[in-house]
Amino acid sequence: MPLLVPRLPEGAYYGILAEFTTAADLYRACERVRDAGFTRWDAHSPFPVHGIERAMGLRRSPLPWIVLVMGLMGAALGFGLQWWVHAAAYPLVISGKPYLAWPAFIPITFELGVLFAAFGAVLGMLGLNRLPMHYHPLFRSRVFERATDDAFFISIESWDPRFDASATKKLLDSLGARSVELLES
Amino acid sequence: MIKATIPPGHSWNRLPMIGAVCALLGAIACAILGAANPKQFFFSWLVSFLFFVSLTLGALFFVLIQYAAQGGWGIVVRRIGETTFATLPVMAALFLPLLLGLRDLYSWSVPGAAEHDALLRWKAPYLNVPFFLIRAALFFGIWSFIALLYYRGSRRQDVTGDPGVSARLRRFAGPAIIVLALTQTLASVDWIMSLTPHWYSTMFGVYFFAGSFVGFIALLSVVAPAIRATGLLDTVITAEHLHDIGKLLFAFTVFWAYIAFSQFLLMWYANLPEETIWYKARIEGSWKTVSIFLMAGHFAVPFFYLMGRTVKRRGATLAVGGAWLLAMHFVDLYWQVMPTLHPEGLRPSVLDVAAFVAVGGCFVAAAGWLMRRQALVPLRDPRLAESLAFENA
Repeated sequence: MPLLVPRLPEGAYYGILAEFTTAADLYRACERVRDAGFTRWDAHSPFPVHGIERAMGLRRSPLPWIVLVMGLMGAALGFGLQWWVHAAAYPLVISGKPYLAWPAFIPITFELGVLFAAFGAVLGMLGLNRLPMHYHPLFRSRVFERATDDAFFISIESWDPRFDASATKKLLDSLGARSVELLES
Repeated sequence: MIKATIPPGHSWNRLPMIGAVCALLGAIACAILGAANPKQFFFSWLVSFLFFVSLTLGALFFVLIQYAAQGGWGIVVRRIGETTFATLPVMAALFLPLLLGLRDLYSWSVPGAAEHDALLRWKAPYLNVPFFLIRAALFFGIWSFIALLYYRGSRRQDVTGDPGVSARLRRFAGPAIIVLALTQTLASVDWIMSLTPHWYSTMFGVYFFAGSFVGFIALLSVVAPAIRATGLLDTVITAEHLHDIGKLLFAFTVFWAYIAFSQFLLMWYANLPEETIWYKARIEGSWKTVSIFLMAGHFAVPFFYLMGRTVKRRGATLAVGGAWLLAMHFVDLYWQVMPTLHPEGLRPSVLDVAAFVAVGGCFVAAAGWLMRRQALVPLRDPRLAESLAFENA
């Protein structure tokens, strides 16, 4: 169950939520929040905003490495299984080929490599995003529903080392937010 | 404003001269050495001819799919492709020496070859010299027509700025891709597969296509960073474009391996003599070493090398991958052609080098001459702005 429940530190506030009216405002605000040194925060938009990961200063995802390792494991498993069945556990001569008929093993090796890489990509993405997550304190905000419609948000979590309820609110106000609200945890 | 032409005194201006000198020296070497060993000359010439003609066909496909799919990102590198395939008429001229050696190259063309050979008799309505020549003329006619249509259209748009040119060429691109696929398949059957006239492979056309496209993208991976590194288009071609070229190189390296292995697997498993005959020559003796080298060098090594993001986005590392795969594409063609001449094993010859220098010199001279006369990007293509601003998401 730990994956399904957000593990949030205790505190008076979950954090602070600021609403912006345009993607350009969001982009500029992200750059300023990034430059102010915040680390525990996120941007929310109804559609992908090009270059937002740079504006937010996000590091590259470790997902490619998960996919590579999973893919290699799948390929090794696929080849190993066939080697074990055909050459070790139950050797049979099939159409005059040697027991270790490696060319015949390649399609399954390839398919299992692709399959495991895909598992790694999908499950790794879900895991890194802590999904599925059925509840989140941001859902308490009424305006936040519009994150899937026509509004843009920045949320800063209260356990960010730089978080200070009044100073952070002031910063977000100065960045052109239409509304800023503190969210209880 | 884009600095789009090669400025006077720039080192790229020397390309036609370098190419012409190479072509001349190569031709002299071929004439002297080839006179003593004409059979080796024709096979060496065939490999080098196939190498460069496959690059031009890969370039043609690259540009055609960009038109057909209305691709935006590749406009800034499209002229490299256009320059490459605009040399197709030169390739037609380089095909002519092979006509002197048809009997040395293709055993089916020797008079009387089919008399005591039921398979050759059955294939004779297709595999006969007059029809072979007609087909070769048709291939070069059709390819040159498509190539010059697209090259001239793009060049004319530089002057007129007429977006209608792009629309017309787009409508023509779909049918042209089909025609290119069919002619390229038949050309590979004629020029490579019929070296072993008893052999059947329904996959060979795709195999040749896969190699030719890898070859051209590899060339692009070398030329695009080279143009940047010499101070031309350095603000036009960005890491984003290199990244996409790298992705294509990676993808079609895998595609090549997929096709090459599929062809091998089906024949190896079915074990029918008229199919395995081709591979038998290549899994014995020193050709086996070349086969293993090809698996590693044309697939395994570039597969892991090109997988990462950073390698594809840096000009130098991408160019290394491109140069390596260009070399592997040559080895691939060499491995397809040469076991017919030397079934006993790998026998490299000075004529291989001489023919490569001669054919390659002609290609470089023609492409370099065109580069001097034109803008290096399609200046007034309606999608140029989109390409300039392109970023990988």
